[in-house]
Order: sequence, then C-alpha cells, then structure tokens
Amino acid sequence: MKAKNSWLKKALIALIYLAVWEAASLLVGRELLLPSPLSTLTRLVALLGQWESWAITGLTLLRIMSGYVLGVALGILLAIVTARSKLMEEFLAPFRSVVKATPVTSFILLALLWLDSNLVPLFIALLMVMPMVWTDTADAILHTDPRLIEMGKTFGLRKAGIIRKIYIPSVLPQFLAACTTSLGFAWKSGVAAEIIALPQRSIGYKLYESKLRIETVDLFAWTLMVILLSMLLEKLLVKGMRRIRRD
Amino acid sequence: MIKIRNLNLSLGGKTVFCDFSADLPETGVTVFRGASGMGKTTLFRMMLGLQKPDSGTISGIAFQRPAVVFQEDRLMPWASALENAALGSGDEQAQAALKKLGMEESMYLLPRELSGGMRRRVAIARALAYGGDALFLDEPFTGLDEENRKSTVKAVLEAGVPVYVITHEDAGAELFGPHETVIIG
Repeated sequence: MKAKNSWLKKALIALIYLAVWEAASLLVGRELLLPSPLSTLTRLVALLGQWESWAITGLTLLRIMSGYVLGVALGILLAIVTARSKLMEEFLAPFRSVVKATPVTSFILLALLWLDSNLVPLFIALLMVMPMVWTDTADAILHTDPRLIEMGKTFGLRKAGIIRKIYIPSVLPQFLAACTTSLGFAWKSGVAAEIIALPQRSIGYKLYESKLRIETVDLFAWTLMVILLSMLLEKLLVKGMRRIRRD
Repeated sequence: MIKIRNLNLSLGGKTVFCDFSADLPETGVTVFRGASGMGKTTLFRMMLGLQKPDSGTISGIAFQRPAVVFQEDRLMPWASALENAALGSGDEQAQAALKKLGMEESMYLLPRELSGGMRRRVAIARALAYGGDALFLDEPFTGLDEENRKSTVKAVLEAGVPVYVITHEDAGAELFGPHETVIIG
C-alpha cells in the first residue's frame, strides 16, 4: 500500500511539472523559444527509432564513462598516495586545488589543443571526477578509526588483512557517495566538452547542430536524452552500491 | 613471574606512572584494581606492547598471542556479530564462543542492532575465539547482567590460560574465584 502511494505521489508530482511546462509553452506560444512537452517527447521517440541516435548515444556514453572510470581509478590511487604520506599530500595538494578551481571550459579549450576531439570529453570527465573521488576517499582513509586498526593488529591481522577487513569497509560508504555525486558532474561536463570539441557522432554535436539550425525541439529532445541517461546511470550505480554495501 | 620495574610514563603532560614496580603471576587470574584514571588500562597497553614506557622495564612476559577485550568494544560497525567475533579466528571458533556467551540467536545482527551488553559479549567472544595464550580483559562486565557475567567468567576460565582483568567492581572480581589482586594508584 505504501509503495503504491509513493508511486502515485511521484507520478502526480511529475504531472504537475509537465503541466507547468505545457502552460509556459502555451503562454510563450512559439515552439522556437520553448517547445511543448508533447513535441519534445514526440521528437525523442522519433530519435529512439533511428539507428543513428543509438550509435550517437552509445559513443557519448563510451567517451564519458571511460573518463569516469579512469577518473575514479586515478582518484583512488591519489587518495592512497596522499593519505599514506604527508609529504605527498603537501606536494599534490596545490595540483588538486588548481584542478578543482579551473573553469571546466578552460580545460576543454586546452584539451582541444592537445587531444583528438574524441578524447576531449573523456579527459574532461576524468578531470571532474578525479579530484572529487580523491578528496573524499583520502578523507575517509584518514578517518578510519585507529582503535579498530589497533584492535586488528592485536588480533593478528597483517597489513593485507587490515586493508581488506578494516580500511576498505570503513572507506567504502564515503567513496561510493563520491562516485555517485561525481557521476552527474562527469556527465554534464562531458557533454559540454562534446559541444565544444564536436566529435563526430556525439550528443554534444547534435546539441550544437540544433542550436545552429535553431531547432529548439531537437535541443530539448537531446537534452532530455542526457537527463534520462544520467538518471538511469545513477540508478544503476546506486543499485550496484547497495549490493556492495549489503543494505 | 612478570617483573615490572621502575616504570615511568607521562601522557599529555600528565604523569601516569612514577617509578612503578610490581610482580605479576604468569598463571591463574590477576585482577587489577584502583580508582579510574590511575593507569590500569595504560599498564595493560604497556604489557601488550601497544604503549612504550618513558623508562623502566617489563620482563618475563611468556605469552606470544594475547587475546584482548579492550575497554571499548571496538566492533566493526559494518560486520555482523559473527564476522566480528571471527576476526582473528575461523567461523567455527567464533560460533562456539558466541554460543558459550548465549549469543546464538544474534550472530547475524550488526552491532547497531545489538544492545550494549550484547556488543560486549561479541567483543569477549572475539577474544575467546582467537585462542590466545593469555587473556586481557579491560572492564569485561560493562553492561552485562548477573547471568551473563557468570557465563563470561566460566568461558574465560575454561580457556585455561593466564587471565588479567581490570574491574572496578568487587562482585566482578569475586566471580573469578581465587585470584591475585594488584592495586594501581
């Protein structure tokens, strides 16, 4: 009964948002400025009917998710290095601050000079994710309860055992939370990178094209695609995490 | 005989031990008494090699594999009672130890799902399952009712290894039967 209610509530909320959108679009009265939800959805469905759209979406997904995975891996590595050594932390902290503070567009323009346009979104997603995972994971490692570590040693655990049985489970919640938060950032910045780098067959290219041709419905439909994919990926990630955390 | 000689230790600017000497038996039960804050836990930590004295010596320690019940439970919050108890041993030993302490119903619960006394028993079970050649119990009875205290003492004595206990309760010390008493402070 409760589950049913919550679904009903969610559907109702979605409906209210759609109604507001529809009303606004009617008020504006020009699809060019604000397309209606119906025409956006119709276009999205039409896009989903084309093989080409799937290829475009797949390639965008591949670029951004590769960057994401690499960013997570690099973030873990740097977290371990800086949590273990104070000197490394002091040495790498400025690097982390600069990466965090630099506007993403500056990175995109720079990356454009260095890399193939297909690699720019990957690199940008990596740059977004890496410092977030790095900071949170290092923080979690440093905040692992020293009394538990002492207890583990007392009970005969060696280094590998301490890592596997105490450090990893202790760090996991904060690490997984950083993974979820950074996924959204990877996705948004990755698409932004595509809009500027314009790799062939990319959602970013399609967004740029629709802006150029003033096809606002296309712009909305592709944006909706990005939002839906981002939500879907986050759902999958959270589901995977629940499995890892067993809750 | 464990010989403690001329032990000095200051922690955070406060003198905890000043020229402390004592002889401790290597067998049977030794109970450490004394007001709180007088360094009983710290003496344990020095005997276990977890804390170095500023000066002085502790010699004649024969145990290699001490099993410890710390003053705090020190349970891993993400692991079940059984996984916690099995940290230094196998599942079989951990299950047996938990059963001895009346925890067979709650083996698969997480620490946050257990009462304070149950968490204490998991910490004790972990030490028993470890199969050490000496047992160090720092206030083992915290949160335990009379029945659980008795089963704890029974299980501890069954282990047949030297036992060192810190307790501030007369009744708790008496449960162990004949024992040596060392007053700290």
